[in-house]
Amino acid sequence: MRITIFIPATIAALMVTAACNKSVSDRTANLPPLNPADQDLTAGSWKPMLLSRPDTFAVATPAATNSTGYLADINEIKGYQKSMTDAQLGAIKYWSAGGVLRWNEIMRNLVAKYNLPPYQNSDTSYPIPSSTNPFAYPYFPFANPPYAARAYAYVAAAQYDALVACWYYKNLYKRAAPYKTDSTIKVYVTKTDLPSYPSEAAVLAGVTTEMMKLLFPDEIASVQQKLQEQELAAIMSGAATRSDITAGEALGRQVAQMFVTRARGDNAGKAVGTQADWNNFKTVAEAKDQTPWLSLETPKRPPMLPLFGKVKCFLFDSATLVSLRPGPPPSTGSDSMKSITAEVYSTIKSPTRDQMKLVQFWADGVGTYTPPGHWNAIAAEDFIKKNFSEVRWARNMALLNCAEMDAAISCWDIKYYYFNPRPSQMNGEIKTLTGVPNFPSYVSGHSMFSGAAATILGHIIPERASAYMQMAQDAANSRFVGGIHYRIDCEVGLTVGKNVGNYAVLRATQDGAE
Amino acid sequence: MLNPTFKKYILPLAMFLLPASFLRAQTDLDAIMMSKKNLCIGGTYMYSSWDHYWEGTFKRNNLNIGKMSTQMFGLMGTYGISRKLNVIFGAPYVTTHVTAGTLHDQHGIQDLSAWLKWMAVEQNVGKGVLSVYVLGGGSIPLTNYIADYLPLSIGLQSKTLSGRVMVDYQVGKFFATLSGTYTWRSNIKIDRNSYYTTSLHLTNEVEMPDMTSVNFRTGYRSERWIIEAVLANMTTRGGFDIRKNDMPFPSNRMNATMVGPHFKYNFKAVDGLSLEGGGSYTVAGRNVGQSTNFDAGVFYILDFSSKKKKK
Repeated sequence: MRITIFIPATIAALMVTAACNKSVSDRTANLPPLNPADQDLTAGSWKPMLLSRPDTFAVATPAATNSTGYLADINEIKGYQKSMTDAQLGAIKYWSAGGVLRWNEIMRNLVAKYNLPPYQNSDTSYPIPSSTNPFAYPYFPFANPPYAARAYAYVAAAQYDALVACWYYKNLYKRAAPYKTDSTIKVYVTKTDLPSYPSEAAVLAGVTTEMMKLLFPDEIASVQQKLQEQELAAIMSGAATRSDITAGEALGRQVAQMFVTRARGDNAGKAVGTQADWNNFKTVAEAKDQTPWLSLETPKRPPMLPLFGKVKCFLFDSATLVSLRPGPPPSTGSDSMKSITAEVYSTIKSPTRDQMKLVQFWADGVGTYTPPGHWNAIAAEDFIKKNFSEVRWARNMALLNCAEMDAAISCWDIKYYYFNPRPSQMNGEIKTLTGVPNFPSYVSGHSMFSGAAATILGHIIPERASAYMQMAQDAANSRFVGGIHYRIDCEVGLTVGKNVGNYAVLRATQDGAE
Repeated sequence: MLNPTFKKYILPLAMFLLPASFLRAQTDLDAIMMSKKNLCIGGTYMYSSWDHYWEGTFKRNNLNIGKMSTQMFGLMGTYGISRKLNVIFGAPYVTTHVTAGTLHDQHGIQDLSAWLKWMAVEQNVGKGVLSVYVLGGGSIPLTNYIADYLPLSIGLQSKTLSGRVMVDYQVGKFFATLSGTYTWRSNIKIDRNSYYTTSLHLTNEVEMPDMTSVNFRTGYRSERWIIEAVLANMTTRGGFDIRKNDMPFPSNRMNATMVGPHFKYNFKAVDGLSLEGGGSYTVAGRNVGQSTNFDAGVFYILDFSSKKKKK
């Protein structure tokens, strides 16, 4: 038997390349510790979202730094620092980039995880996720765009109020950080003059964990684990003592309760509606001589959160909400409707690769962190470069996300007020470059979210204002060139979104932070 | 000994939800070599469709997809550098279509693939002939078609490198061929800058798991005819399951086991002309469509050697 020793070059190349590491890392995986340009020491006087006063919840006077209790705290830090594992050092590095940032990323992860429409029942009806039984399929919540917008807003607003209270007590008690009271403590974060009691890390952990119980009840265990990781990292890093942590977590949990109470009464729980509600939208549209919206899914799925327009806003009252409503889209029987439908068809008939890319980049559909999540990602990556303090991070995220939630409420109010059909309903030949969302067309949600976000972000980072507005324009346009929306849905949506965003700007100019 | 004048072709690597052409007689999957300085060129057509698919291990249909179909129009060639070393190449034009829902069709030129095929051993063993082949191959996308638009994407945009060992044993006119392949796949970049697998990734780069495949074929092989039954399996070494009611993703764990018949006929009247055809059915899968596939191809051999082959 002849056996030649011969290895083709390609096989050798294969073995070399197979050894290459293919692992992919996140854009924010290797950030340096947060190093604020300004600690915002007076942030205790900023205007909270819900709290009437920064000291609504009492935080006890801390033990003196020469007390035996404090010495025990210091010894705990030193004890941990004697030997730390790579995993513990990794956790310190991860959390030191910023608690608001990391919790925002955790939130986006959960939204993407829960953003899946329920699979139909065998009788072609659809099950509805229930907060009373979140652990059984369909899991609660279905984190669709309105749900997600509201969830981001509640968490961000609660974090902001909790940190305003935190900063108030930091400034009141002025307890120095452990690395200032004992110079032998190693420091794994940026050294600052910010007092450490109560710990801002623990405030964030406490307030967020408490909000997550309401918003993502299936994740209580995983969120609790994050809380422990963040708090332990704060101690091990030399940034906080056990007593700083304990006081901070308790404060955060108390502040969260105010937001939980508000959330339970904000009408979101009733947003799914009933069969009678669903029928009524159709009846109303037909009475106005309009072709009513129809679900394009098979089996027909009930409309997504049709009563979400009744949810209580953060930035304005219900009269303002009605005043934000734009005039009607073209009548469904009109020539104008025919012509805007034909425009969608001609745009989508032979899409270019660039068109597909634009659509995909902004699609933020099923299984993603949704359009508000996308704007959180955009904001977070710019905030990182600005070196904001934790409390300013929280304030800016609260402004952004309250704008996004109120944009969702306004958008859903408009969508179900007009109950306008999608382009693919008017012309079955219109195929789309991403999934058609299961709710009425006018106005575009992506456009509203983007208009609102670009407006408030442009206020927060003025040098990026035109860039944000260009992104918003792209996001809006992506829905038209993707065959999802008529052009007018996007144009009007962008305008109404900017109007919503201006309410956030108004608040920003009055909250004492500027 | 094997007749060296059998002509063959290649098809591209198994692609998403549709391990296209996985079972066809392909030069990169059969124990047949082209003669020195002979070029076999041909055109192939394949039609594949499914209306059920596996979402992870859960088998379902989807009335918002209806029937998903893929057509491939391939150009293929095999050239004999020597009787023991062949180079094989091919590239398809692909169209995809769904019969329900609103998702837009896709079409375009997919990936160029190429193999070097070396007959390392050819030896009489017992009553038959044992041959062993070593192959190395690769593929690269020829256009920037969209990968992150499954199930309608025409391909996955990954560059691949493959190594394969194949053993063939023929007794009289009956044969069996077994091959095993390891395919390394490069990471891809998608149009989005974040995506969820089993957790959120804040990047546009997607880690593509490698694949292995096994192909077993057996049947009748003469100068005129090949008639064979094929059993094939492809397994993704990693990746993740599609969640309930989620969209598929390029780095899903796509596995499939397929069976089917295949034939090839060399015309008597026109020397060098051959016809091929076959079908296959997916009997088991994970994160792929349960496809039924049909294929046909016409091939012709151009002889560039100075001396004409004996007939």
